[in-house]
Amino acid sequence: MPEPQKKKLDLNRRPMPKQPPEVRRHNFDEVALGYPAEIAVEEARRCLQCKNSRCVSNCPVEIDIPGFIKCIAERDFAAGVRILKEKNCLPAMCGRVCPQEEQCEQTCVLVKKEGQIAIGRLERFLADWEAGQGEVEIPEIPPPTGRKVAIVGGGPAGLTVAGDLIKLGHQVTIYEALHETGGVLVYGIPEFRLPKAIVKREVEYLKKLGVQVVTDYVVGKTKTIDSILEEFDAVFVGTGAGLPWFMGIPGENLNGVYSANEYLTRMNLMKGFLFPRYHTPVKSHKRVAVVGGGNVAMDCARTALRLGAETRIIYRRSREELPARLEEIENAEEEGIVFDFLTLPIRYIGDEEGWVKEIECLKMKLGEPDSSGRRRPVPIEGSETILPMDAVICAIGNGPNPLIAATTPGLEVGKIGNIAIQEETGKTSREKIWAGGDVATGAATVIGAMGGGRKAARSIHEYLCSL
Amino acid sequence: MFRLIESQMVVPNIHLLTLEAPAVARQMQPGQFVILRAEDGGERIPLSVSDWDPEKGTLTVIVKNVGSTTDRLASLEAGVSIPTVVGPLGNPTEIEKFGTVVCLGGCYGIGSIFPISRALKEKGNQVITVLEARSSYLLFWEKKLKEVSDRLVLITRDGTRGLRGHAGRLAEIVQSSPGPVDRIIINGCTFLLKKGSDASRLLGIKTIVSLNPIMIDGTGMCGVCRVTVGGTTRFACVHGPDFDGHQVDWAELLQRRKTYMREEVVPLRTSRCEEHAGRS
Repeated sequence: MPEPQKKKLDLNRRPMPKQPPEVRRHNFDEVALGYPAEIAVEEARRCLQCKNSRCVSNCPVEIDIPGFIKCIAERDFAAGVRILKEKNCLPAMCGRVCPQEEQCEQTCVLVKKEGQIAIGRLERFLADWEAGQGEVEIPEIPPPTGRKVAIVGGGPAGLTVAGDLIKLGHQVTIYEALHETGGVLVYGIPEFRLPKAIVKREVEYLKKLGVQVVTDYVVGKTKTIDSILEEFDAVFVGTGAGLPWFMGIPGENLNGVYSANEYLTRMNLMKGFLFPRYHTPVKSHKRVAVVGGGNVAMDCARTALRLGAETRIIYRRSREELPARLEEIENAEEEGIVFDFLTLPIRYIGDEEGWVKEIECLKMKLGEPDSSGRRRPVPIEGSETILPMDAVICAIGNGPNPLIAATTPGLEVGKIGNIAIQEETGKTSREKIWAGGDVATGAATVIGAMGGGRKAARSIHEYLCSL
Repeated sequence: MFRLIESQMVVPNIHLLTLEAPAVARQMQPGQFVILRAEDGGERIPLSVSDWDPEKGTLTVIVKNVGSTTDRLASLEAGVSIPTVVGPLGNPTEIEKFGTVVCLGGCYGIGSIFPISRALKEKGNQVITVLEARSSYLLFWEKKLKEVSDRLVLITRDGTRGLRGHAGRLAEIVQSSPGPVDRIIINGCTFLLKKGSDASRLLGIKTIVSLNPIMIDGTGMCGVCRVTVGGTTRFACVHGPDFDGHQVDWAELLQRRKTYMREEVVPLRTSRCEEHAGRS
């Protein structure tokens, strides 16, 4: 007989402490506050430590999830960090922005019982715990192999490749077009969801491992891939989904109509929300509409709200079909974002000075499922309505950045202008060139890009060892 | 960091800056631009490049002091470094043997038309360079431009040098040319680009303009630089900056350029005084 328990173990998933909505809608501080150590340990103790861990097989970077959770349960946080970092150089970021509900947590055996283990929150806990310790542990790097790899684009895919290859003893240089490294992590995801200090910390960690970072350098312009290959043994291209889509409806070039990329870049990379202390100008808007229903749309809407605008999301399908993470939808709803579902903008109307003042929309109903499996929205005739608005942010998606494909002869591209790769290896049609992340797959997730980077890194390593 | 090796005011309110940016200077071609930041926390602004030296690794920009970022650039002294100089961005101006080409530069465009005139001359074209300014005291680089042109024509708004008026006088210049003019290329403010294109449309001569909308990244990522050309939305940073001046929707470009007109000068008013007070 096991000894009788003093207190019955609470089997429920532990909630994440958050800033209350009425407070956070007025600031840019992080919304989710992270587990305190006690709660993290309690949550970790719920893990059943399955032998055949289905969470691991559903993690794009194959983190030993039960392994690090066990360490938390045993309060050996340092050991947990080591396990985490074996597979993931960027845990503080993944813990925050990965869609765990579609990956590791989705296949947790507790999903139908007391609730799946909060794997993402535990990952974040360890990363933040380590940062709080001051000195970050640097793993031992094997002797230099003498092989050199160039990485084009300092986003999640590129950072992962850099982390993996530097730890194998290769020399790694990242070329970043912008003045800060991190790609979408710095220009796209807002401060209140992923504080930039955390991105900086993770990039600094890579630099400590020996990764060279060159910012303000546009490969394809400052230098072509082919001339980079004269100096390097291999190149990885991770230039992201940097080509904003517009709907092609009248009035899209009116003042006050932004692409999500522009709006977010102004706010995040350029710190527009701190204007005029930071010098990139931003307008102050009273009524903002965000068109689209993905995570980017939520980010735009919640940013506009924090700057004092009455903000709505206009989405052509219903709440069921919103592609954003449930957590982000709930956060947006709690903060007071209005959702206009089954609504499609058809025209932006400007004032005499060229500023948007109204949006004309059509009401939609859901018809038969389309190729994505979601029910296709069908316009309802005669349902035109006009909403007064002084800014519109178009968050309907991005295409792959065409710059590298256009300046690298012989590099095959796919249907949407993406760089064509072999999925398992990230190999492109050209020797010595690998690619991964959004530039290869089209716009997807941070962890998806990291997974692509991981596969490419493995293949690049094999190639470098064969030289 | 990119070191400033020369900084001078060439005429009132127009500044010449020469920067060390070897990787950029090696690749630079006529008509391309750079994006730079004057300081950490500063705005990214696009500037046409007026000259460069691939061997020395330097490039020169001509800047008109109009807002907070250009004001900061203008106040920098040689020897200091700035955090961002990225490029060369945009497509180069098409340089072929066209025959006779009129190159019109006004204001800061007097600078950026120089490498275009030079390249066209080297290709064997007859180059007529036209400089436009509000008054004679705002003209610069005449000697430099004369050396790369077959003919140099001046226009001043007040008539203190050369022809009186503005880019509208392009028609007379073309008509007074001994042979036919095959192409017109215009660099400068949007008003000049539009005026010049209006004048040349009547003459039926292909006219290339270097557009200057608002930009952030300069690599096609943000889309703020979108312009309508021939009824299609184009991104000036990656599809341009050169476009057919007869196809550009000028009203839209002029309107979009005004987006931050009020905000652009706010940092000037709010932060500099405190900075100076802190220093003294």
